[in-house]
Amino acid sequence: MPERGSGIAVKGAPALAEAVPRGARSSLHRWMRRKTTVAFLLCAPLLIIISGLVVYPFFYSLFLAMLNKAETRFVGLGNFAFLFKRDTFWMVVEQSVLFALTAVLFKAIIGFIAAHLINNVPSKGQRKWRGMLLVPWVIPPALSALGWWWLFDPTYSALNWLLAQVSGPHIPWLSQPFWARFAVILVNIWYGAPFFMIMYLAALKSIPEELYEAAAIDGASAWQRLVYVTLPMMRNIIAITMLFSTIVTFANFDIVRVLTQGGPRNTTHLFATYAFKLGIESGDIPLGAAVSLFMFPILAVFAFFILRNVRRRTREI
Amino acid sequence: MAVGSATAAPVAAGSLRRGRRWALVLSYVFLGLFAVMFLFPIYYMLVTSFKTNAEIASLAGNPWIITRGATLYHYENLIENTAFLTYFKNTVIVTVLVVAISMVVSVLAAYSLTRMRFVGSGLLATGIFLTYLVPETLLFIPLFKIVGWFGLLDSYWALVLVYPTLSVPFCTWIMIGYFSSIPKELDEAALIDGANHLQMLLRIFIPVALPGIIAATIFAFTVSWASFIYPMAYLYSENQLVLTAGTVTTLIRGDVYHWGGLMAGALLAAAPPVVVYAFLMDYYIAGLTSGATKG
Amino acid sequence: MAQVTLKEVVKRFDGTEAVSGISLDIADNEFAVLVGPSGCGKSTTLRMIAGLEEVSDGEIYIGGSLVNDVPPKDRDIAMVFQNYALYPHMTVSENMSFGLRLRKYPKAEIRARVENAARILGIGELMERRPRQLSGGQRQRVAMGRAIVRNPEVFLFDEPLSNLDAKLRVQMRTEIKKVHQKVRTTTIYVTHDQIEAMTLADRVVVMNAGRIEQIGAPNDLYHSPATRFVAGFIGSPAMNFVPCRLDGAADGLVVRLGDDLALAVPAARTERYRRFVGKELIFGLRPEHSAEARGQAGPGCVAFDARLDVVEPLGMETMVYFSVNGVELCARVEPSAAVDPGETMRLMADMNHMHLIDPENDRVI
Repeated sequence: MPERGSGIAVKGAPALAEAVPRGARSSLHRWMRRKTTVAFLLCAPLLIIISGLVVYPFFYSLFLAMLNKAETRFVGLGNFAFLFKRDTFWMVVEQSVLFALTAVLFKAIIGFIAAHLINNVPSKGQRKWRGMLLVPWVIPPALSALGWWWLFDPTYSALNWLLAQVSGPHIPWLSQPFWARFAVILVNIWYGAPFFMIMYLAALKSIPEELYEAAAIDGASAWQRLVYVTLPMMRNIIAITMLFSTIVTFANFDIVRVLTQGGPRNTTHLFATYAFKLGIESGDIPLGAAVSLFMFPILAVFAFFILRNVRRRTREI
Repeated sequence: MAVGSATAAPVAAGSLRRGRRWALVLSYVFLGLFAVMFLFPIYYMLVTSFKTNAEIASLAGNPWIITRGATLYHYENLIENTAFLTYFKNTVIVTVLVVAISMVVSVLAAYSLTRMRFVGSGLLATGIFLTYLVPETLLFIPLFKIVGWFGLLDSYWALVLVYPTLSVPFCTWIMIGYFSSIPKELDEAALIDGANHLQMLLRIFIPVALPGIIAATIFAFTVSWASFIYPMAYLYSENQLVLTAGTVTTLIRGDVYHWGGLMAGALLAAAPPVVVYAFLMDYYIAGLTSGATKG
Repeated sequence: MAQVTLKEVVKRFDGTEAVSGISLDIADNEFAVLVGPSGCGKSTTLRMIAGLEEVSDGEIYIGGSLVNDVPPKDRDIAMVFQNYALYPHMTVSENMSFGLRLRKYPKAEIRARVENAARILGIGELMERRPRQLSGGQRQRVAMGRAIVRNPEVFLFDEPLSNLDAKLRVQMRTEIKKVHQKVRTTTIYVTHDQIEAMTLADRVVVMNAGRIEQIGAPNDLYHSPATRFVAGFIGSPAMNFVPCRLDGAADGLVVRLGDDLALAVPAARTERYRRFVGKELIFGLRPEHSAEARGQAGPGCVAFDARLDVVEPLGMETMVYFSVNGVELCARVEPSAAVDPGETMRLMADMNHMHLIDPENDRVI
């Protein structure tokens, strides 16, 4: 057996005559400070990118929006006043809101249905369905929009050919305002619904099976199980995804740019495409900046709601 | 499908099974419908890219199938007679660089934010998430001027500068999620084993969080490859363009029969993300969903 | 020279003191166990020794050197965690050799040490497996192996058996004792289980609310607890405590537990207790120091009648519960005692093992 120790120190043993040396305290502080500086250094590239390429440009665009076209004079709110007086601008506002709300709503519904369908199928087969249905989201939207452009071509539209087979009308997809808006929203729904599907599917899988079993024993029908078990458990994901998507859809550029370039007669312009047209194509950067900035208040509102939901992640840290 | 009474067992069980089978059949039917709806445009693009110009131009017959013989002409033409390969090369260069930059920045930042508490780290994490919500379509105009200051207009290096704003915030977010789930005891065991911070990061954190790293890398790759507004705004010369902007703007020539080539170009340009997705689907999806379900 | 020394160590978290002035000397090769209820500060103390927590006040010495500002990797310690903390992406042998590889030990030496540790722990065939392929007991052994190969000055164990099921825990307890005999190293072991403390320790340090209640060999703590807390914490089932009054009687002192129950104090104790006559005290007696009264009562044993509330037959012994003055007490009797709840049983208390506690300072007299 190992040797027993000798002195037994009991609580309350007389304290040492000397106090804790002050030197120990300050070197402790030095060590802590070093850790903080290292931590800061590791974050530095991120901070530089965000402050230099996101925060600064944002404030810079506020400044830019208040210059004249040649960027020589300061015109205050002149650009904004100019936009307010133009009908096109208000059309853009109306279209952007319509586009965002309609598209997001349908994307959510279709994604929700698709997620349920996949979840109903036995697990072994789910993977391949999931794989197939996500494809529209995987393809860069600018490129899939090219395919849709061909599908909508006034002369050669394969969709119109299908319609003709069932004696339907010939639809002027991109040349009439109504159908042009329809087409643009349709393509956005086609592109974005898979994203909703995949998020909702993940959320569905995280609902414990016991809840459904308890509900079934309580006598709930399939519809009631949906309303009283599924929807409440998915509330957070539904909210976050819809808010996310609203922001992204609202700020959409690729689809409209490829399909209609904002036409016919500016009836499909969104903020992004209109800003591009004014800012880059017409070379009036300050005016373009003014248009872009209009998005911000609306986005900020949505961002606020997302932030409240997402706080949890930051508390993990 | 309510639960039937216990006494009517055989009949109820049978109808339950039949009810369930019906639901399954219906599910498959609708899933098939969804698959058709989601995939038909790509199918049509494929079909068009293999059609002869003559067939594309003719209005007779079913446009959804190839009736006059398939041809590789459009693909060959694309590769040999257009700037497509240049676009491809440029896109690869830009994407590889941006992915590398994004991963280094986001891994370092995520490690620091999850393992080294310092003043304002929680605030910074929230701030990162906020930046993800500032869209490129708002930033592209002021960045146009800033890119000009660096003298990078009409050079694909402008994209290398600007693309990280698209990927870094969300990649950091993903990595924060994965790093947070590594138990702190692992850190302590490594500390006692004698690892300094760099060794801990390289030999413990990155290997253990490898799925997250793959997911984040895929995300950065996809986002860089698909970006459209930045190259449209900042690049003009053919030798600088990347695939998205190049295919849309320059592959459209004046004549009517360009659709075959355009479809071939679009498909080839879209192929790499789809291939990555096909082989690494689980990581791809993990990257997307980690934004919501891990939080 | 003691191998690990703590001098008035204090740990503060946001103003509250988790550890309030601990002083401790642990000798070379000693197996010391810090035991106490949740939140008593034992894990915090261990982590301060390891260097995973900073010391708010006081000094810690390992091997004679002050280590307050020394990072964990330079303290020459090894630690076994409650959750094993094995690196999930490394094999067993990589897990065990990680610390040595970081310190750039020559490959031959690493291999020798890993093989030696594997032999001691009996995990030779597991070398190429990943942690997720191992059972709880195997993982714990690997964690110990990781500590052994480092050949440190001090082993630290942080509640290593808490995650194992009861049977495995008993098995691993013996393993740990065997390993300590083969690999003679100073060991500091933290647990909330007093049985582990009693079976493993050379010396037990009982902690409560950030302070040390008592330090001593297991037997000393069992027979001579210094405070009420130690008396009640050590031993299972716990010691019985009954409020009482110490009265003087013709032939000595008497512990009065109620109007109808007075137990005579053995003569040997009279001197110790004399100055507390007339005071309200707390009487303590372990369940195993009572028995069924059969025939002649031995010296110092007092018989009394008790009406049983609950009878628990456990096979090798039977526990009986009865009330005195409203306090529920427990006694251990032979399994052959055929009694039922509600019946009255004649019990015998072995007063040679009695304790009296002064309620003013909770110290055992």
